[in-house]
Amino acid sequence: MTIIGWVQIALYCAVLVAVTPLLGGYMTRVFAGEANFLSPVLRPVENALYRVGGVDPQGEQHWLTYTIAMLLFHIGGFAILYALLRLQALLPLNPQEQSAVAPDLSFNTAISFITNTNWQNYGGESTLSYLVQMLGLTHQNFLSAATGIVLAVALIRGFARASMKTIGNFWVDITRCTLYVLIPICIPYALFLVWQGMPQTLGAYVDATTLEGARQTIAVGPVASQVAIKMLGTNGGGFFNANAAHPFENPTALSNFVQMLSIFVLGAALTNVFGRMVGNQRQGWAILAAMGVLFITGVLVAYWAEANGTQMLDALGITGGNMEGKEVRFGIVASALFAVVTTAASCGAVNAMHDSFTALGGMIPLINMELGEIVVGGVGAGLYGMLLFVILTVFVAGLMVGRTPEYVGKKIEAKEVKMAMLAILILPLMILGWTAVAVVYPPAVASMANSGPHGFSEVLYAYSSQTGNNGSAFAGLTGNTLFYNTTGAVAMFIGRFWMIVPAMAIAGTLAAKKSVPASHGTFPTTGALFVGLLVGVILIIGGLTFFPALALGPIVEHLAMQAGTVF
Amino acid sequence: METSKLRKRMPVATLLDPAIIGPAIGQAFVKLNPKTLAKNPVMFVLEMVTLLTTVLLLRDIAVHAGNIVFELQIVIWLWFTVLFANFAEAVAEGRGKAQADTLRRTRTETRAKRILMPNNHEVYEGVSADRLEAGDLVVCEAGDIIPGDGEVIEGIASVNEAAVTGESAPVIRESGGDRSAVTGGTTVISDRIVIKITSSPGSSFLDRMIKLVEGAERQKTPNEIALNILLVGLTIIFVFAAATIPSYAAYAGGTISVVVLVALFVTLIPTTIGALLSAIGIAGMDRLVRFNVLAVSGRAVEAAGDVDTLLLDKTGTVTFGNRLATELIPVPGVTEKEAAEAALLASDADETAEGRSIIAMAQEKYSVRGQVGAKGAEFIPFSATTRLSGVDIGGRKLRKGAIDSILKFAREQSGQNVSEPPAFRAAVDRIARSGGTPLGLADNGRLLGVIHLKDVVKPDVKDRFGALRRMGIKTVMITGDNPVTAASIASEAGVDDFIAEATPEDKLRYIRSEQAHGRLIAMCGDGTNDAPALAQADVGVAMQTGTQAAREAGNMVDLDSDPTKLIEVVEIGKQLLMTRGALTTFSIANDVAKYFAIIPAMFVAFYPQLQVLNVMRLATPQSAILSAIVFNALIIVALIPLALKGVKYRPIGAAALLRRNLLIYGLGGVIMPFIGIKLIDLAVTALHLA
Repeated sequence: MTIIGWVQIALYCAVLVAVTPLLGGYMTRVFAGEANFLSPVLRPVENALYRVGGVDPQGEQHWLTYTIAMLLFHIGGFAILYALLRLQALLPLNPQEQSAVAPDLSFNTAISFITNTNWQNYGGESTLSYLVQMLGLTHQNFLSAATGIVLAVALIRGFARASMKTIGNFWVDITRCTLYVLIPICIPYALFLVWQGMPQTLGAYVDATTLEGARQTIAVGPVASQVAIKMLGTNGGGFFNANAAHPFENPTALSNFVQMLSIFVLGAALTNVFGRMVGNQRQGWAILAAMGVLFITGVLVAYWAEANGTQMLDALGITGGNMEGKEVRFGIVASALFAVVTTAASCGAVNAMHDSFTALGGMIPLINMELGEIVVGGVGAGLYGMLLFVILTVFVAGLMVGRTPEYVGKKIEAKEVKMAMLAILILPLMILGWTAVAVVYPPAVASMANSGPHGFSEVLYAYSSQTGNNGSAFAGLTGNTLFYNTTGAVAMFIGRFWMIVPAMAIAGTLAAKKSVPASHGTFPTTGALFVGLLVGVILIIGGLTFFPALALGPIVEHLAMQAGTVF
Repeated sequence: METSKLRKRMPVATLLDPAIIGPAIGQAFVKLNPKTLAKNPVMFVLEMVTLLTTVLLLRDIAVHAGNIVFELQIVIWLWFTVLFANFAEAVAEGRGKAQADTLRRTRTETRAKRILMPNNHEVYEGVSADRLEAGDLVVCEAGDIIPGDGEVIEGIASVNEAAVTGESAPVIRESGGDRSAVTGGTTVISDRIVIKITSSPGSSFLDRMIKLVEGAERQKTPNEIALNILLVGLTIIFVFAAATIPSYAAYAGGTISVVVLVALFVTLIPTTIGALLSAIGIAGMDRLVRFNVLAVSGRAVEAAGDVDTLLLDKTGTVTFGNRLATELIPVPGVTEKEAAEAALLASDADETAEGRSIIAMAQEKYSVRGQVGAKGAEFIPFSATTRLSGVDIGGRKLRKGAIDSILKFAREQSGQNVSEPPAFRAAVDRIARSGGTPLGLADNGRLLGVIHLKDVVKPDVKDRFGALRRMGIKTVMITGDNPVTAASIASEAGVDDFIAEATPEDKLRYIRSEQAHGRLIAMCGDGTNDAPALAQADVGVAMQTGTQAAREAGNMVDLDSDPTKLIEVVEIGKQLLMTRGALTTFSIANDVAKYFAIIPAMFVAFYPQLQVLNVMRLATPQSAILSAIVFNALIIVALIPLALKGVKYRPIGAAALLRRNLLIYGLGGVIMPFIGIKLIDLAVTALHLA
């Protein structure tokens, strides 16, 4: 562990905290429908879109209408993407003449991209045409990200409003989110990436002759535009199979730093949007602080584990920590930090192979995903997931001040608790359930690259990643089989929408409630005490559920490694 | 005046009362009936898995497989866990029943004198009280027990309501007005009244009270329902966590016996709070009844904990009902002693509270020795026309009274237009401004000074309102006084707000406007005109002395008719919620230690490395699992007293309260089981149980 490593981590956190209130303020205005500096250019576009779509921008929706609109939108998105994948051989912009994608892989991939997971059971450069990458994937990268954000905003409105039946208009929200937030950030961001050396071309792959005289095909394509939204929207689906470890997908140390920032920036800003909309920014900071505690703890453990390496490496005379599976360009700290960031948020882009991390270093990404990716989290999804835990925390501990629990002026009652529990149940059901099936189903076991606890971790990681809509892979596991394609798609679908529907139901009931003014008797939710409490509840309820599985995976692997056994 | 000293509490059963413990043990077995347990999902699940392990144990015994001694112990302790939970509920119900029995004794055997014809109140027949219908007329004479709740329609009588209130001093009940309601089970001491029965058999006030304290009519409160959902959710999560383990173990090449799996599951699910939840609810209601307050539902008690605003009538709550003399301001040229003597003489025969307070003031504050009962004195009683009272003694005409009346009197006596000394007028104005009542004092034509009569604020109320403010509760005083007087008393008593010259409509309007801002309101009242406001308030406490209408409108009845008791009602409500929160937090926090006890024990057979996780250094895998199960069962018994007594509420503000409770029940809940399980493990090992 080096000084320069600590400086990188500190700098990362400082920049993030500095950007949060600025972007938060801007996004609050966007979702309140107020004019901003982009309005003169974008307002006509926005209004034209409403006219084309027949949307009344003033008409607000009940939570159920809002949710149904969102679901319809996704069914449409799924159909288009599935069709594109199946028909890509017949469609233009296919210079490499990629053939049609198999049905189960298409199903998995389509679900993966509409759920903001971007789990990839394929290699992009060897499977997909430019048209599918741009029209199918990049398109869903924008919309699935925008969906996450608007759902979070709708839930925030539930907390912020009082005695109202509606929580906003899905069509208006998603239009404004894409037009005013995602696109304006992505355009300069993509240009920045091109400047850093990333390709942006529709030309065919380049044939080159290496120094040894061998012929090599170098894959290129419209990379920068996809990478910008892949990071900003916490999608994580790489243009290339190697994802952000590929020199064309992450050319420099600077591009690496900016990519890490862009994964967290919208999720962090949403905590500030929450604070502003409920009328007290400190409420937002408290949530970000709880996320921060979990995040920094994760970074410290991962960095420590990777920097210390293993006894086996020491015995071989290799010093300087565990560099296996890491890019020399980034080194240990940038790889460990990236791994924690990408799994804390539901991004899933990787710049190092998590499979090659030490047992404990690899356990941190696993825990991040199993907690439901609420540490900043996927854009929007992180905040609404965190708010579900907040509801449970406030309910359990809030009783201890002798009042019906309240949070930002809303009483937390049976309906909210029921919905929060319903949503949180999904994590153990999908993650532990599918893992339990896979580890005893011979064809599924055959997909594991390693035996013993490490193989177990690969499967556990796969379902954690898919249920949490993360999309990063532990590598090692051959995912493109009928079993993993199908069960993974189910995990991704349920993991996304079974979380969303209860969260929206909460938004609806909260919006309809009166707002209770705070007093001396009100449970305080802005201080260090609350932050500590929230972290405690997340670790006990969210974390302990997975303790048996973790004990049989990374923990036992770590202990075995100390005793000299590797898997 | 110390309000709590006035209170006659109902007899409290001690925790170890054998009369309660004995039947409760029996009840614990009766409650094993799955139909009964189904109301409590966590306990129901517990019983089901316990049954499952029992069946498996019997199978193992039959085929001589497995570690039967170990399995047997686990099964026994699982059954103990269920029984302890039932026992906790039974003890809480038993304590309520003990109170109910006292009440019930008064109800049985009651004979009623039912009037046969509505127009002739002299002819009646004897019937059993439980055959009375609403609308029947009954006669009650001295010595009769009133057979049911009703309203006096004829006559006046003194009634001993000790059976219901515990207060032995009789009260007056009469037809018409605000004192017409009578309660079944109380006894007429003198005179004869005709009562119209208002309740049907089995639904009288007494019946309701009996059912409530017994817990028979207990319905789950909204908060309890929400908590139950949380507990069910956690249980389902732990079903997933436990049910997937055999598959993981199979992958790793090991096996896990069902008994061990059940042990893990049972220790993880929130059995502690699940077991004590209904006991907490019953005990909360019971606490209220012991404070002589009856709530129509647990919901009302819970709402009391959430109250934001307390509406209090000034008279009797904030101030003593009467005005008292607090100072005497003589005009220039008159000594304090002279004025005090005159005041003493003028009040000598005045039996009103005001008159006596003047005598007390003269004697104590100005050390005047009065010739009480002086010879030759002729007392002039207060009359509405003169608005003066006083004494004629030895040619002196001493008078006290309202300022304009005393000026008129002085003028008449001196036969000239006495000029009012500026100091006199200044004193009068000052007293009026401060919200007091000035009383003039004159000796023939000479003005002596002004007596300050004050609505005296009860000495301890300021502290209590301060405590309420720290609880986050706003106090609002309601008074018929003018705004000046009201403001003065409000600032002296330390209430946050007041409504002066209040009518019942004002109260109602105030309650509605506060509720529109999301606040919960509590108030108390007794008159029929309070009924709409009592019904509108979230917590409406009707006084037992009040009218039937008021008692029907409120959701609580205070048997002592003590308005300050609202404060205790709020505390009881808060205590109820706090106890639930504290035990839930404790229950969940306990899981950390249980994981560290059982997980290494389960897996160590095929992954010996996991022995590192056995941080408590428990002797063997069997002793670890057994210790966790034993701890899980014993903690329920250990917490029964806390569940029944409730976590103490301290008005120190929510942040401080949370910090304190989190430290005790959160952090304590994480640490304590590590110690407890280790100790049990030592005992288990020493006894060679596993």
